[in-house]
Amino acid sequence: MIYLDNAATSWPKPDTVHEAMLGYMRDVGANPGRSGHRLANEAERIRLDAREAIAELFGVKDPMRVVFAYNATTALNLAICGLLPPGAHAVTTGMEHNAVMRPLRALEQQGVLLSVVPCEPDGTLDPQALDEHIRPVTRLIVANHASNVCGTVLPIHELGALARQHGIPFLVDTAQTGGCWPIDLRADNIDLLAFSGHKGLLGPTGTGGLAIHDDFDIDRLPALVCGGTGSRSEHEQQPDFLPDKYEGGTPNIVGLAGLAASVRYVLDRGVDRICEHERSLTRRLIDDLSSIAGLRLIGTRDARRQTAAVSFTIDGQSVSEIARELDERFGIMCRPGLHCAPRAHRTLGTLPEGTVRLSPGAFSTAQEIDQTVEAVARLAGAE
Amino acid sequence: MAQFVVILVHSTSHAIQAERLLKRAGLAVKLIPTPRHLSSDCGSAVRIVAGDRARGERVLNEAGVPIDRIEPLDE
Repeated sequence: MIYLDNAATSWPKPDTVHEAMLGYMRDVGANPGRSGHRLANEAERIRLDAREAIAELFGVKDPMRVVFAYNATTALNLAICGLLPPGAHAVTTGMEHNAVMRPLRALEQQGVLLSVVPCEPDGTLDPQALDEHIRPVTRLIVANHASNVCGTVLPIHELGALARQHGIPFLVDTAQTGGCWPIDLRADNIDLLAFSGHKGLLGPTGTGGLAIHDDFDIDRLPALVCGGTGSRSEHEQQPDFLPDKYEGGTPNIVGLAGLAASVRYVLDRGVDRICEHERSLTRRLIDDLSSIAGLRLIGTRDARRQTAAVSFTIDGQSVSEIARELDERFGIMCRPGLHCAPRAHRTLGTLPEGTVRLSPGAFSTAQEIDQTVEAVARLAGAE
Repeated sequence: MAQFVVILVHSTSHAIQAERLLKRAGLAVKLIPTPRHLSSDCGSAVRIVAGDRARGERVLNEAGVPIDRIEPLDE
């Protein structure tokens, strides 16, 4: 069995993740923040472990500026919906996932103005092209760090500098890069960084969140979900301080136990080393797939400019059929179709059929890549 | 003079953070349920030795942990 669907969710997870989740379920079990008893405090310590690890990973000084959500999508919705009142203008790119496009499109119905900056056919973006779309009423620039379709990395450092120059909040979707590509929230001028816990961070599903720049004024961003926090219980209004402001309701603490362990694993192994490992697999995949007749690689075809998400099509073959054959005949799991990113596929010229996406991860091996290329070559030759 | 002081913070998240920071700084720390006569809040507070008050305050201020109040506490 070869798992190449890490861009959807990473698998396997480090053993320490299973142990931490089991340990919480068996030995702790309590609700953090709600009581002062020892198990509630232990649960809160686990949540702080997760906050500190994420803060260290992304370069956030104050761990309380890491707030948890159930995935990157919820975190993106919190930021996008909170910063864009009717009449405000947002700028995004032609390579976004629906986690960004759908909330923006929904807000458009309520009078928010939207500019989608076109990207090149390989998914790359010239930051100056974005500059031309900024208006006096622009209240948000939102971009993914890397495409979930073909891995193309956007120049977020340059985009952050541009946003800073105009004094516009900059929101980055790091679902595809967190844990496997270097990110420094402060150096990259990212005001709000949405992360997924279960992809490159190697944690369980149901985890994600928003890392907030130390200088970002949270009075600008209302809560999306209000509810019990265990703090200020005498008030019927949501607390105005972090992290409670954005963490109404009982958290996914068993998930955060896993996330604390997984991010610690990532930090110990090193983002640079994981990045290099995935890059070598990506390079191998690109090099070997490109020699197959009738196979078209999508994106930059350059492992230095993309994450480990390699998309392709084969002339005359259906992508879903290729994926089914890879699974049934060769035990290789991947994802065909549009990957919840119709806008990116439009940019890449792969609508309406989509692509086959192979996405190796931190635990994938060169041998698995070789077996996969061999299987794809056989399918391509079968026509 | 009271033997201890209790540090009241915004939430349990901050109480646990304060506990960790003060422990790392070598102070004797105990998490206690927030005394009801000091606050109507339902969470935890941090108890330290009264003589460590200035040092404790400095550690928390440096880390940016917002302190609501510090009150003497006899036990």
